[in-house]
Amino acid sequence: MARATPEIPNASMADIAFLLLTFFLVTTTINNDRGLSIGLPPPPDPNKKDEVKMQEKNIFKIQVNSSDALLVEGEPMGDVTGLKDMIIKFIKNNGQDPASSESPEKAIVSFKTDRGTTHKRFIEILDIVQGAYYDIYADEAGVSNKAWRDAAAKLSDPESRAIYEKGKKNYPMNISIADPTKIGK
Amino acid sequence: MSKFKKKADVKQEIPTSSMPDVVFMLLFFFMVTTEMRKSSIEVKQVLPKAAQLRKLERKTLVANLYIGQPTKIENGTEEKIQANDVFITTEDIIRWVNEEKSKLIEAEREQLTISIKGDKDAKRGIIADVETELRKGNARKVLYTASDNSYERKQ
Repeated sequence: MARATPEIPNASMADIAFLLLTFFLVTTTINNDRGLSIGLPPPPDPNKKDEVKMQEKNIFKIQVNSSDALLVEGEPMGDVTGLKDMIIKFIKNNGQDPASSESPEKAIVSFKTDRGTTHKRFIEILDIVQGAYYDIYADEAGVSNKAWRDAAAKLSDPESRAIYEKGKKNYPMNISIADPTKIGK
Repeated sequence: MSKFKKKADVKQEIPTSSMPDVVFMLLFFFMVTTEMRKSSIEVKQVLPKAAQLRKLERKTLVANLYIGQPTKIENGTEEKIQANDVFITTEDIIRWVNEEKSKLIEAEREQLTISIKGDKDAKRGIIADVETELRKGNARKVLYTASDNSYERKQ
C-alpha cells in the first residue's frame, strides 16, 4: 500500500510572511540617537559670588529674544548664512584685529536666549556655532567635517582618537550658554 | 511564409516560487532592526533640524527626556517633561538622574548622557530649567536630539 506522504501546504506561506512583514514595517522606528552634544558647566557654587571679568573683545555675543529674533554682537541679523564665517573669523583672529579675540583659548562664544525662545531656533543657532568649531577642527585634522564628527563618536579606536585630538588641540570649544532672560514666558 | 508566422514560444510569467524567500529576507531585516518602544511618548515630538549631528558612542549610557506639549488634551497645554513613561516636574529630575545612574555599573555612572528630545516648538525656559537641575544632579553630558537636515541644505 502506497503511503500518503504528509505535506504542509505552503501556498499561504507568502501571505503569512507578508502579514508579519507589514506588522514590523508599521511598528518599526529607526532609532534616532543623534543630536547636538554639549557639556554643561558644573553647578554654580553659592560661596563664590564674584563674577569672572572677561574682556569684551574676547566675547562673541549672540542673543535671541522671545520672538526668535537674532542679535549678533549688538546688531540685528535676519539671515544666518554669514554667521558661521563670522564666528570662524572671530575664533581664528589671534589678535590681528584689535577689536576681536586675542587667541582661540580666550575666545568665547556667548549664546543667550530668552525663556520664550523656541527650541527650534535655539538648536538652529547652536548648530551654526558648533558647526563653526567643527569646521575648524576638521580643517586642523585635514579631514572633512563629517569625518571628524564620525571620528569623535568612536574614540576607542586609536586612529579616530588621533584625528579627534589633532583637530581639538588648539581650539577649545568655548560656548557659553547663559541662563535665559525672563521676558517672554 | 511559415517563417513569419512563428510565434515566440516564451513563458510570460514571473516566477513566484522565490517570493517567500524574498519576503522572509525583508522580514528578518525589519525584525532585527526594529526596536520596540518601552513606553509611549505622550508629548509632541517633532524634532528640530540640525546639520552638525554627533553620534553617541554607546547607546546603553543614554537616558531620554522628552519635552513638549502633551498630545492628549486632558494633560493640559502646559509643556511637560516625560521620563520613561511618566510626567515629571523639574524637582524630580535630580532623583530621576540618580535612578538612571544606579542602573549602570559604578565605573560608567559618570558617563551617563542625557538625551533631551525637545519638541521644536518647546520653549527654551523649561529646557533651561531642566539643564539647571541636570547640573545639580551632576549629569552634565547632554545631547539635544535633532534630525538631520544636511541633505536638504548643503553645508
